[in-house]
Amino acid sequence: MSAAVQTGVRGAARGRGWARTGLWLAVAAVFLVLPHLFPSGTGLTTMSLMAIMIIFALSYNMLLGQTGMLSFGHAVYYGLGGFLVVHAMNAIIGEHLPVPLVVLPLVGGVAGLVFGIIFGSVSTRRGGTAFAMISLGLGELVGASALILRDFFGGEDGITTNRTKLLHVAGFNFGPQLQVYYLIAGWCLLCMMAMYALTRTPFGRICNAVRDNPERAAFIGYNTQSVRFIAFCLAGLFAGIAGGLTAINFEIMNAANVGAAPSGIVLLMTYIGGVGNFAGPVIGAILITFLQVMLSDATEIWQLYLGLLFIVMVSFAPGGIAGLIAMHAPVWRARLLHRLLPAYALALLLGLITFAGAALALEMAYRLSAGSEGGTAFRFLHVPVDAASAAPWSLAALLAVPGFLAFRRVLPIVGNVWATTLAEARQGRGR
Amino acid sequence: MTVPALELEALHKNFGRVPIIRGVDLAIAAGERHAVIGPNGAGKSTLFHLISGRLAPSAGRIRLHGADITFHAPYEINRRGLARSFQVTNIFPRLSVFENVRCAAMWAMGYRTSLWRAVEGLADLTARTEHVLEQINLIDRRDLPAGVLSYAEQRALEIGITIVGGGDVILLDEPTAGMSRSETEHAVALIRKVTEGRTLVMVEHDMGVVFDLADRISVLVYGQIIASDTPERVRANAAVQEAYLGTAVATPA
Repeated sequence: MSAAVQTGVRGAARGRGWARTGLWLAVAAVFLVLPHLFPSGTGLTTMSLMAIMIIFALSYNMLLGQTGMLSFGHAVYYGLGGFLVVHAMNAIIGEHLPVPLVVLPLVGGVAGLVFGIIFGSVSTRRGGTAFAMISLGLGELVGASALILRDFFGGEDGITTNRTKLLHVAGFNFGPQLQVYYLIAGWCLLCMMAMYALTRTPFGRICNAVRDNPERAAFIGYNTQSVRFIAFCLAGLFAGIAGGLTAINFEIMNAANVGAAPSGIVLLMTYIGGVGNFAGPVIGAILITFLQVMLSDATEIWQLYLGLLFIVMVSFAPGGIAGLIAMHAPVWRARLLHRLLPAYALALLLGLITFAGAALALEMAYRLSAGSEGGTAFRFLHVPVDAASAAPWSLAALLAVPGFLAFRRVLPIVGNVWATTLAEARQGRGR
Repeated sequence: MTVPALELEALHKNFGRVPIIRGVDLAIAAGERHAVIGPNGAGKSTLFHLISGRLAPSAGRIRLHGADITFHAPYEINRRGLARSFQVTNIFPRLSVFENVRCAAMWAMGYRTSLWRAVEGLADLTARTEHVLEQINLIDRRDLPAGVLSYAEQRALEIGITIVGGGDVILLDEPTAGMSRSETEHAVALIRKVTEGRTLVMVEHDMGVVFDLADRISVLVYGQIIASDTPERVRANAAVQEAYLGTAVATPA
């Protein structure tokens, strides 16, 4: 290879380095600016939660996306990290120790790491299905223990703490949510950078190799068991930090935090966002947290919609949202994106009509079921509806059935437009 | 006498009650190019799986440079300097071609599972990877996912992954299987080039390749080596002709 080419390669690497620095500065700027755009209480709480979930989902993707380990019990490390932080905070308050709140997430990280080492030494001996099953078992084990060991987990009431009682540094008492937001945002940025840096180390690369082909990885000198173990411990560390931030944010941890629900949600977020891309879990955490907050206000059966979204993504976009975006990169570069928009708009419209009909039927079915206590009358998209009458059911059917049939008709058309546009984009680049 | 690079002693392997390898003794000197031939089902791939640690033998010993490696895990055997390729292409399909080769060089170059160094910054690792990519003629394909390469390119990558770690004993399992005439010629030249100064053990069906490359040939039939000698003498061996080669080879056109 000639010296000129080598200089070129090094120059390109340096260029990428600058681009990365720029990107992180931009992320930091976004974190700084957001509270000014959404200064309401709900806004700050939601954004704090999003930042925590970004760390949690990224830590989960160290397993699923990077190393190919499907865990059903990642909340164990998140929850235990949170509980350890609550107990540490209460101990610090009780003993009047001069420890500022900002460093407390570290306690969560260490807890996550230690439990990762303990449980990981059992669960990472094998990959694939065996790992998934053991992770599920460990999750159930810790979830059940949380209800039994009342002294540590506080039973169903949980353990509370008070973040304002710790040492105040530079006048910050972390009473206002804005201060807590900045604390969480700072940790989120730090963790994102650390986890991204890890993907670029020899360890991060061999994780991908183990994910792709564990057998071959063994024949190039790697003990796949120890690669999985290290990945598992580090994922525990970052999950523990996320849990610690949750403890600081809510000032309470209860048994539900180590249970199956957060383990499921983090899987959902990561998958919907996209496991094949570093940005995927970030997108997923933001979107799902937003939906959780917004949907739970709008409907009581919001989890059902979340489940539907998950099924749709698994079936039609296994690369997640990040995968969909990455797919469009060549078309975007060839400036042909506008060709796709009419077909997409049509499919979206028909999809929304179908969804509106289906959602109306679901909501009415919910009102009619025994679980609902508000009677059969409710408002659907601000329109009063009575689930006991026939008219709204006919409307739901009129929206959902033809909508779905038309949607199915349009899908191949969208596929065609996509294929021809992509082919043209690739050709254009070749020229 | 110098210690052989690879030594098999009374090696046996049974699958259930079926004996597949039935007492193989073989010593391969350092720097030798050794081919293992034999009819289908003779146990050639099983023999490679035993040597590389993928399967554990039922009885017998395996020594690498005099050190016992019987029952060692594949990664331990690899770290001692034995690298192998596979009959069915066995690469990292979603990683780029460059990444495939680089990952295979990392352990041997001492970077192991380092958590604090960025791979892009490791100039010697990049240089070694690029050197091998040039040798296997895939430098132009470096950024493609390995899964989209053509069959012959994947076979070349398979060899690249095997040799980049610098192992001094290289096991190649049917490196030219399924290749066209010209691809085979190219592969032979490549194998000759990249195994220079190393010990090569290969399973091969293409007799042209075998007689072209090998210093010595072992003939494996029903799990036993019936002859192990220079190509000329193996060609002339009556038992070999009867068991495997047929008469056509004895009277080359």
